[in-house]
Amino acid sequence: MTTPPARLQNSRRARERRDLWVAIGFLLPNLLGFLLFTSGPVLFSLVVSFSNWNLQQTVPFRWVGVENYVQMLHNSEFWLYTINTFYFLLGMPIAVFGSLFLAVMLSQKLRGIVIFRTLFYLPSFTSGVALMILWKSLYNPDFGLINAAIRHVSDLLHLGITPPEWLLSTKNVLGLDVERVAVNRAQWGMGARDAIIIMGIWMGIGGNNMLLYLAALTNVPQELTEAGELDGASSWQVFRHIVWPQLAPTTFFILVMSFIGGLQGGFEQARVMTNGGPAGTTTTLSYHIYTKAFEEFQIGYASAVSWALFALIFVLTLVNWRFGNKEVSY
Amino acid sequence: MSAKLRNTLLYLLLTLFALTALIPFLWMALTSFKPLEEVEKLNPVPTVWHPENYRKVFEQISFARYYFNSLFIAAWVTFLTCLTSSMAAFAFARLQWRQRDNVFRLYLATLMIPGVVTMIPNYTLMVKLHLLDSYTGLIVPSAFSAFGTFLLRQFLLTIPAALDEAAEIDGANKWQLFWDVILPLARPGLITLALFTFMGNYGSFFWPLVMIKSEHLRTLPTGMLFFDSTYGRQTNLLMAASLMNIVPLIVLFIVSQKFLVRGIQMGAVKG
Repeated sequence: MTTPPARLQNSRRARERRDLWVAIGFLLPNLLGFLLFTSGPVLFSLVVSFSNWNLQQTVPFRWVGVENYVQMLHNSEFWLYTINTFYFLLGMPIAVFGSLFLAVMLSQKLRGIVIFRTLFYLPSFTSGVALMILWKSLYNPDFGLINAAIRHVSDLLHLGITPPEWLLSTKNVLGLDVERVAVNRAQWGMGARDAIIIMGIWMGIGGNNMLLYLAALTNVPQELTEAGELDGASSWQVFRHIVWPQLAPTTFFILVMSFIGGLQGGFEQARVMTNGGPAGTTTTLSYHIYTKAFEEFQIGYASAVSWALFALIFVLTLVNWRFGNKEVSY
Repeated sequence: MSAKLRNTLLYLLLTLFALTALIPFLWMALTSFKPLEEVEKLNPVPTVWHPENYRKVFEQISFARYYFNSLFIAAWVTFLTCLTSSMAAFAFARLQWRQRDNVFRLYLATLMIPGVVTMIPNYTLMVKLHLLDSYTGLIVPSAFSAFGTFLLRQFLLTIPAALDEAAEIDGANKWQLFWDVILPLARPGLITLALFTFMGNYGSFFWPLVMIKSEHLRTLPTGMLFFDSTYGRQTNLLMAASLMNIVPLIVLFIVSQKFLVRGIQMGAVKG
């Protein structure tokens, strides 16, 4: 780079200095809000996590050092909730690859494709408490639509399937025990955790991730796929060796964001559908923080758990970045 | 495989997925017209239709009030977020100052902070400021968005720089440049951000749940849960309320489809 003449450089500096004040003016509203509601609170909650602060003020306030963190690590419930939080990530690969699959289908040139795109996007657009209430009734073991369908198919084909108890059951597809960290054959099946995962896939699969993939697919240079076809590659080979590598940055972005979102998630589902049960199997760390802070008023302890979650997300995101970026740079 | 067969298969698959997306909504709609005794029966279509369920929703809870609250809060948050984000985005995209891009990176990094970490301190802050149980307490903390700043910055970067110079030659100051030149051109980006913000806050559940104690300040998601209480669950009314809850979203969705898609594509562009 060549250095611009001194006169120009000076005028640029002067301009930068002048613009700095204007910039501060423009940034101020956002910056104030940011300091007050984001960065301030983050530090505040770190400080509070070293205290026994209780909103009911039955116990006098004092600093307790790392006691909250020690208590947390010795608490078997905390570990169950951590396992739950990770368990809910199991749906992520299905949701992400499902989004990709739908996007590939929607990228075909067909009549009326816009209508399908709209329909697929509808669940994620309207997602929220209303849909969770709906799914709670769909999952009802006795009169819900899902078990009615399972029973119907089972009778029709004489399969003799007993439908799952869904939100009332602690069973899970990995057969994890509730009491301790172990696999228990009796726990194998479909239960509340799986029900929430399935609902999550339904809500998310046609959402923003699908649209991101759709956008990325239209950006794949056509010469590349045409060259592959000319060389006699099958459409699967073209996808696997030409399109998929081109999608890598999008996949990476989606995975990182889903990871961050997933680890923070599960609050609404627990609050609306299960109250965290049965036996705490649908309580995620974020719901745990909520109950500790806003039902038991243990602000100090809840802050410690929230910082543990923050640290977890931070470390895992860094790891993702390390490995992901290596994968992406082809 | 012939092209015709391939297309038929594709349509079949697409229809299957579309039905999977739609059937739960249909179930919701049908249940909302059932009498309470029939909710626990498996006939999908009500034997007698009860459109008065919808009237009952308004009679048993202050549903109109909740509707108003949800729309009012979401509208204010949307307006304030668009204003503060576009101003910050202007500083990051159209002004030259030292360390600008480093400050911007710092902003981006804060996107990683989980909401649960800031939730408790924000709650105690609201207690201290006596804003618990008020519209202000529901609106103001949500009105500052790093995501919005990011989205609009990306958008403002695509507007040609020559415009700034032209405006400067015409004697416009920076505020006039922002308000009269850049903002009108940024309208598609603003609409996208407005949509995302509105959607997110219209459905927001956690913050109203912890902030609001008075009945008349409840929002739709928190107020609706009345029909789900352990004493006297009324699934039919719950479904009617849920359906009415998502109607504004569906309308918004249909009106704004093209902006949504464009906005999401914009978010994908690397900063």
